[in-house]
Amino acid sequence: MRCIKNKIEHDGSGAVTLCPTEPEDMWHAYNLIRPGDLLRASAIRRVTTVQDTGSTSSARVHLNLLIRVKNLDFDPQSSQLHVSGQITNETPHTKIGQFHTLDLELNRNFTLEKEVGADGEGSGWDSIAIESLKDAVDEGGKRRAEAVAVVMQEGLAHICFIGQFQTILKQKIEMSVPRKRQGGGDHDKGMNKFFKITLETLLRQMEFNTSLTSGANNEAVRPVLLASPGFVAAGFQKYIQAEASTTTPGLRRLLPSLVVVHSASGYTNSLAEVLQSPAVKTILADTKYARETKLMDDFQEQLRKETNKATYGPREVEFAVEQGAVGRGGGVLIVSNRLFRSQDIAERKRWVGLVDRVRDVEGGEVRILSSDHESGKRLEGLGGIAALLTFPVVEPDFDSDAE
Amino acid sequence: MSRHRIKDVDYDEDDFYDDDDAPADPEEQEFLQQCTTAVLHQLSAGQPSVTATKQEVQDALWHYYNDIEKSVNYLRGKREKEATKLQKSKIQSVPAYPAPPSTAHFSSADFFRDCPWLNVPSHRKADILIEPLYPRLGLLGGAPESGGKLSKLAALAAARKKREGEKAPSLPEASTPPTPKFEQSKITSLDLPGTSRSLRDRLAASGRSTPKASEGSGSLRRLANPSSSPPIPEQPTSGTRKPSVSEVSESMQKVVLEAKEEPELQQRVLTIRASPSTFASTIVGAATGPTAAEPSHLHSNSSDLLRIYGQDHAEPFDFAAPSPDDVVLNAQNTAKGMKSKSAASKSAAAKKGQSDLAGGMKDLSVEDKVTVKSKNLDVISEYKKSTRKRSANFVVIGHVDAGKSTLMGRLLADQGAIDQRTLDRYRREAEKIGKGSFALAWVLDQGSEERARGVTIDIATNQFETDKTAFTIVDAPGHRDFVPNMIAGASQADFAVLVIDSSVGNFESGLKGQTKEHALLVRSMGVQKIVVAVNKMDTVQWDHERFEEIEQQISAFLTTAGFQGSNISFVPCSGVLGDNISRRTNDPHASWYTGRTLIEELETSEPYTHALEKPLRMTIGDVFRGGVQNPLSISGRIDAGSLQMGDHILTMPSGETAIVRSLEVDNEPSDWAVAGQNVILHIANIDPIHLRSGDVVCRPSSPIPTITSFTAKVLAFEHLMPMQVDVHRGRLHVPGRISKLVASLDKASGAAIKKRPKIVGPGVVVRVVVEMDQAVPLEAPTRIVLRAGGSTVAAGLLE
Repeated sequence: MRCIKNKIEHDGSGAVTLCPTEPEDMWHAYNLIRPGDLLRASAIRRVTTVQDTGSTSSARVHLNLLIRVKNLDFDPQSSQLHVSGQITNETPHTKIGQFHTLDLELNRNFTLEKEVGADGEGSGWDSIAIESLKDAVDEGGKRRAEAVAVVMQEGLAHICFIGQFQTILKQKIEMSVPRKRQGGGDHDKGMNKFFKITLETLLRQMEFNTSLTSGANNEAVRPVLLASPGFVAAGFQKYIQAEASTTTPGLRRLLPSLVVVHSASGYTNSLAEVLQSPAVKTILADTKYARETKLMDDFQEQLRKETNKATYGPREVEFAVEQGAVGRGGGVLIVSNRLFRSQDIAERKRWVGLVDRVRDVEGGEVRILSSDHESGKRLEGLGGIAALLTFPVVEPDFDSDAE
Repeated sequence: MSRHRIKDVDYDEDDFYDDDDAPADPEEQEFLQQCTTAVLHQLSAGQPSVTATKQEVQDALWHYYNDIEKSVNYLRGKREKEATKLQKSKIQSVPAYPAPPSTAHFSSADFFRDCPWLNVPSHRKADILIEPLYPRLGLLGGAPESGGKLSKLAALAAARKKREGEKAPSLPEASTPPTPKFEQSKITSLDLPGTSRSLRDRLAASGRSTPKASEGSGSLRRLANPSSSPPIPEQPTSGTRKPSVSEVSESMQKVVLEAKEEPELQQRVLTIRASPSTFASTIVGAATGPTAAEPSHLHSNSSDLLRIYGQDHAEPFDFAAPSPDDVVLNAQNTAKGMKSKSAASKSAAAKKGQSDLAGGMKDLSVEDKVTVKSKNLDVISEYKKSTRKRSANFVVIGHVDAGKSTLMGRLLADQGAIDQRTLDRYRREAEKIGKGSFALAWVLDQGSEERARGVTIDIATNQFETDKTAFTIVDAPGHRDFVPNMIAGASQADFAVLVIDSSVGNFESGLKGQTKEHALLVRSMGVQKIVVAVNKMDTVQWDHERFEEIEQQISAFLTTAGFQGSNISFVPCSGVLGDNISRRTNDPHASWYTGRTLIEELETSEPYTHALEKPLRMTIGDVFRGGVQNPLSISGRIDAGSLQMGDHILTMPSGETAIVRSLEVDNEPSDWAVAGQNVILHIANIDPIHLRSGDVVCRPSSPIPTITSFTAKVLAFEHLMPMQVDVHRGRLHVPGRISKLVASLDKASGAAIKKRPKIVGPGVVVRVVVEMDQAVPLEAPTRIVLRAGGSTVAAGLLE
């Protein structure tokens, strides 16, 4: 995402103009835009006009609409963001107050304005928003570390795209592979078919061009992580090699970027293990998700030790912060960014306040985890918020109003 | 009727197996005669009384599938119509009957070759217009042959009509005895040498050996049949509608003469009159032209509109009759396959009784589905009667490379379950790739990958028998990556054989590894008895102290895992050499051991009881192609209930039904199977897409519920917190997450100790809520295993 114009005032109001350049930017926009914000973007709207005689004519017109955001709809699979709200600027074709859904598009600028309301409506550009804006704006253009992971087991494969901020499950392949049995070669046949379908799907998802003559040959190939328990991934690699040397020589470009990793199962929740494996770490240097995964592992380790120096759950963490346990010298507040996407402004303010307090008052560290990553999913299971404490805190029973 | 027409035109000499002209069997003949008499009686007894020839009656009966009432209705209606038509024909001298919709192009000259009026002077001849090709009755392109078969739609209509006919109100009955004179006159008139005869008549006269045929071709119905024959006009008797016999015979004579004189006129009429549409003739009845049906409601005294459709709505629906669906199915089926079934036998079969028909139709369906007749055995009593040997399933567990597969290979070889030749071949092949010591393991490790890598990947089942018991071995993989497969194997087992590598270093590493995990797993899956085979004793020179050390450590561990001391037994053995497997060792170092050999130890196992009476539950272990005859087979062990050939089964979570074509128990064909047996079901009527290993087979009447979240009481092997886990139950494994730790429980009493713990440590019994992404067939009480990150974190019971 490129920042075209930045006019954020000190009081937190102001507007930024951004230009999304890659699909993941839509996810950033999804985190930046909140209900109540003003969003200006180009739109195509079908306008129906009624003549005096009663005849109607409709036309599609290009408009530049300013809407007050009511709702956001994000499709992670196709990285599309639809923002709906009421139009607040007048155009020849629309009235103020009409509803419109803006579809943000790549390489089309949009302007996002946040207001600080006197009576607490609209939270403006708070610290979290500024931070996500920084995350979103890719200054040096160095954030290209992306990988494709194929997590598989016999008859099951998940093709995931691992980005900086998101892990997208692109496709799941499920097939019934006959088991081994006395004197039957069905198993090998079934596995071969499974590999074939998985490879086809993988190439399609990667938009990998297997023809030798195409000009795309010098394009860099993203690392492809093949992960499985047992020998399935290795078998798949062997299959790709065999294909490359026989039928589709275009696959040879892919071979150097294949990495076989061990995983405990073929489900996406074993991605953590994949991302932590040494082989992957060397390829994908120190990326955000690797750090996040490490953090979650540390947290769970701390929890396991039962030292009471780790806690999770909204009320428990708030209590620990109140006690001053998430402070200097090792206090880490881990928050899923889902909490900040809350429709309820008061809810968001609650978490922003907590984060600000830990960072500015207590001096602790705050890590905001992407809910679209594996580590974020683990955090979701714990209620979306967790903390590593500087000293053991025994919290009172919260189970009175559990749930 | 249209069937006749079609047939007549296309008749071929070699078409001898054609429906209509096939000689009926004597039984049917007799039946036909009975019906004919009944119809004639009813006709004459009716008010107004109507007369008809035997032939006519029989034809009508044929069309109405020997339905007497319907036939009577039909004949009556025809008479009435003839009466009205006669009025017109008196004035116009126009035959009342429309031209037949002919199906094939034919030469008119050829057709009327021997007709007397071919000799009429040319000036009297009219232009004979060739009848255009009317669509024959039936679906275009639907009927496979030109004539004999009804199209599906036509058959359907016929079947429906027949059914409705059964319910039609009986006609008012009156009496006028049939007059033989009338019949006589008619026959003579028709048998006049000069009379034109339809092709059908010719065929009937020449080809029929039935009494029907002998009765002559001159049936009134054939006259009505719009062939070249003229109709029989009746004297208009509008007031009373009681034609006197003499009048009729007179008029008939007259008309025959007329017919001779006026062929041109008739031909002209044929061309101008539209033939009945296919639809009309289908609806009103194949037997009569539309004109014949008209009077039945237009001119009858009791003009009941409902009778147009041959149905009396005042009449309660007879549920004993086959349902409309059944009729449809039957009709479709008739149209489809059963070519050789003659019409006569069809009608006879229809008459044989509705129950027969309905019963037969149950087996038929729209699609080409496989139907298997169930023997309706009482499986449980069969099972009790059967003199099978005691059977036992056991799973072989242990750390990777403990020698599980080799030990079992040895057991199978010693028991003769595998022949020496195969074994020699394995040995040769194994040596070729430098893995000579794996030869015995190859008996069970059939996969190419398994052999190449020398490690068991998936479970293998095999059978062998001793004098007392039929054993089923489930050889489980020891490698930690394949614990899911091992869980599948353990879920099929009655007891377990834990194989331990006694060699220095390996025992210790195994204890930390899968020896422990497997033992805990089989225990948590309900296995009570465990036989510990201390393997590879030859590598430690049958060191007694080593054995005792292992025995001590393992029994201590197994006791804490929940096995009772009496259910644990230890056997020192060597799988590669075969010592203490089925024979005692000759090694002098091993003289200290005087206990049982492994096989003897296995035979001490108690017989296991299974839930035979419960609803059927079977987890699919494998979906495969069983061979050419069995394109789709599933294997697994029946967890509960029983099953027999021909049973309908339901697979969950897909919710699709299938039928069991045949089944195998322990690789032997069988008619039934009960809980505890390893079966292969050859199934049909299901798409393999709906079958995955891990799915559950049950009965449609008592389906297993599919759930996305459950509460379970589990024993934690590792720390538990809200986390992502894999849920395992036999072959079934799905991703899920512990969403809530409800409470940690007291091990003995089950009372809650701490509500909503943040985290629980190993060894704690805890009640958890597990949520899954997809609906999974699970029901309480089921033993489940929760795994995360490649290790088993908890196991317990679904609540």
